[in-house]
Amino acid sequence: MSSLVMLITILVLAIFVGFEIITKVPPTLHTPLMSGSNAISGITVIGALILAGVLESDPQFNQVAKIMAFVAVIFATINVVGGFLVTGRMLKMFQRK
Amino acid sequence: MDMQNITNIVYLVAAVLFILDLKMLAHPRTAVRGNQLGALAMGLAIVATLASGKWDWTYIILGIGIGSLIGAVAATRVKMTSMPELVGLFNGFGGGASVLVAGSALIATFNAVGAGATAGDMQMKVATVLSGLIGSVTFFGSYVAFGKLAEFLCVKWKLYTWQKIIKYGTSLVVAAGGIWYGLSLGFSPLSIVFMVSMLMIAAMLLLKKDRFPGMNLLKSLSAAAAVAIGVMLVLDPSNTALFWVLVGVAGVLGVVLTLSIGGADMPVVIALLNSYSGLAAAATGFVINNTVLIIAGSLVGASGLILTKIMCKAMNRSLANVLFGTMGPTADTPDADEVYKTVKSASADEVAMTLEVAQRVAIVPGYGMAVSQAQHAVREVANFLEDKGIEVEYAIHPVAGRMPGHMNVLLAEADVPYEKLKEMEEVNATMDQVDVAIVLGANDVVNPVARTDPSSPIAGMPIIDVDKARTVVVIKRSLSPGFAGIPNPLFAADNTLMFFSDGKKAMLELLTALKEQ
Repeated sequence: MSSLVMLITILVLAIFVGFEIITKVPPTLHTPLMSGSNAISGITVIGALILAGVLESDPQFNQVAKIMAFVAVIFATINVVGGFLVTGRMLKMFQRK
Repeated sequence: MDMQNITNIVYLVAAVLFILDLKMLAHPRTAVRGNQLGALAMGLAIVATLASGKWDWTYIILGIGIGSLIGAVAATRVKMTSMPELVGLFNGFGGGASVLVAGSALIATFNAVGAGATAGDMQMKVATVLSGLIGSVTFFGSYVAFGKLAEFLCVKWKLYTWQKIIKYGTSLVVAAGGIWYGLSLGFSPLSIVFMVSMLMIAAMLLLKKDRFPGMNLLKSLSAAAAVAIGVMLVLDPSNTALFWVLVGVAGVLGVVLTLSIGGADMPVVIALLNSYSGLAAAATGFVINNTVLIIAGSLVGASGLILTKIMCKAMNRSLANVLFGTMGPTADTPDADEVYKTVKSASADEVAMTLEVAQRVAIVPGYGMAVSQAQHAVREVANFLEDKGIEVEYAIHPVAGRMPGHMNVLLAEADVPYEKLKEMEEVNATMDQVDVAIVLGANDVVNPVARTDPSSPIAGMPIIDVDKARTVVVIKRSLSPGFAGIPNPLFAADNTLMFFSDGKKAMLELLTALKEQ
C-alpha cells in the first residue's frame, strides 16, 4: 500500500470516529466542545516546530521559510495553550454543583 | 526499534488520547478529565517530535514561549460573555498556522533545490494548495467573525481606541503587505491579482455595513480564482509566489463569506470555521506526511461539521442558504405598527405578582442576556423563586446567542446546575403546563410566525413555543426586530406582558419587587 493511500485511509477512518463520538455530546457542552476541538486543531504546532527548528546545515534550510514557521509556532501555541486553558475554565463551571 | 518508529507510536498514543478527550466531553462529569487528556496528548506529541531529531532551538523555544504567554493571558482574562470572540480568534490562529506551515514547507522544499526544480510529489503539492486555501479562508474568515462579534467591523458607531488600532492596523498591514510583495514580484498578471486581492481585503474590512452589491458574484469569482491558482501551483510548485497569490485570493473569499453573516447565523459560521481549522490541519498533515496531524485535524473537521449541521437544522436553513442567502423582511412581512397595536407593557411589580402565584416557570435566554451580562441576576431570581417552592427551568434554543452552547456556558458561570438547562424539544413537550415563561433578550427563536406563516423568512424554524405558556413575560429594551428583521406577534399576544428594560436591570428590579412582596 502506498503511503498516500495509507494516509487517506487514516483520514477517512478518523472522520468517521469523529462523527460517532461527537454526535453524543449534548448541546449544553457545545461551547467547550468547540473550544476543546479548536485546541486540538492546534496540532499544526508539530509541523511548525519541525520547520522552525531546521538546522543551517540542512539542505532544506531557508531563512524565509524558517521565519514563517516561527510565526506558525506562535500562532499554533496560542491556539493550543489558550484553547485547553479556556476549555478547562469553562468545564469547571459545569462540574460544580 | 529506530527513533522514527518510537515517534510514530507516541503519535498513535496521542491520537487515541485526543479521541478519548472528545468522547469524555460528552458528559460534564468526565469532561474536565477529558480536556486534561487532550492537553496531555498535545504535550506528548510535541515532546516526541522534539526528541526525534536535532534542532536549532532558538525559534522553537521563543515561539512556544511567546505563544504560551499570549494564549494563557487571553484564556484566563476573557469574560464568559466574550467566549464567541475568543473561539473565533483562536480558530483564526489555527488556520493561520496551517497556511504558514504549508508555505514554509513549500519554500523549504523548492527554494533549496533551485528554481525550475521538479522535486516533491503530487501529494505534497496538492496538500499544500489545500492547506493554503482552507487555512487562508479560515484565517480571514475568523478575523471577520471576531471583528463582528467584538463589534468593530461593519458598524457605523464610534469605536474605542483599541478597536480602532485593530481595525485600521489590520487593513494597513494587509494593504502595505499586498503592495510591497506585489511590487517585488514585478509587473505581471499574478502580481496584479495579488495586489488587487490584498487591497480588496483591506477595503472590505473598513466597510461600515456588512453587505454590498455584487457580493455573491465576488464569492463565486474568488472561489473560482482560488481553485485556478491552486491548479497552477500544483503544476508549477517551484513558483512559490503562486502560493501567496493563492493565500490572497482565498483571503478575499474568507472575508466575503463571513462579512454578511451576523446574529443568529453566527453560530453556524463559528462552527464552520472550527471545522475548517481542523481540515486545514489535516491538509498540513499530508504536506509533511504526519499522521497525528491528519487524525487530530479530521476529528476537529468532523466535530465542526456536525455542529454546523445541528445549527442549520435549528434554523431550518441549508448551509448554502446561510452562506449565500439573505435574511430579512419580505414584501409579505406585516407592518410592525399594525402587529404591535395591542402590546401591554408591565412593571417589575406586576411581573413579580404574576410570578408569586406560579408553580412552574421557564426562563428563555437569548443574546440579550449575554449583552447585558444578566446571567447572575437571572440565577438570583431563580433562587428566590425556588426557595418559595416554584419550579424553575431554562429553555435553551440551539442557536440562542452567538455560538453553539453560548447560553449554557453563561448560565453555568452563574452556577445554574446543568440538569436545569433543558433542550427545546423537552421544554416544548410540556410548555402548556408552564405558568410563566420569561423571555430574556430573545426574539426570533420565540416568534410563533415560524409555525404559522409559511411566507415568513423564518418559516419552519423550530422555536420555543412560549406562546403556549399561561403567561409570557418578555424582557427586552424595545420592540426592535431581531436578526430576521420581522415583527414578533408574541409581543402583542393576550397572554404576554412586555417588560421594557435592559436584561440585567430588569432582573435586579424583579428581584427587589419579589422580596418586597
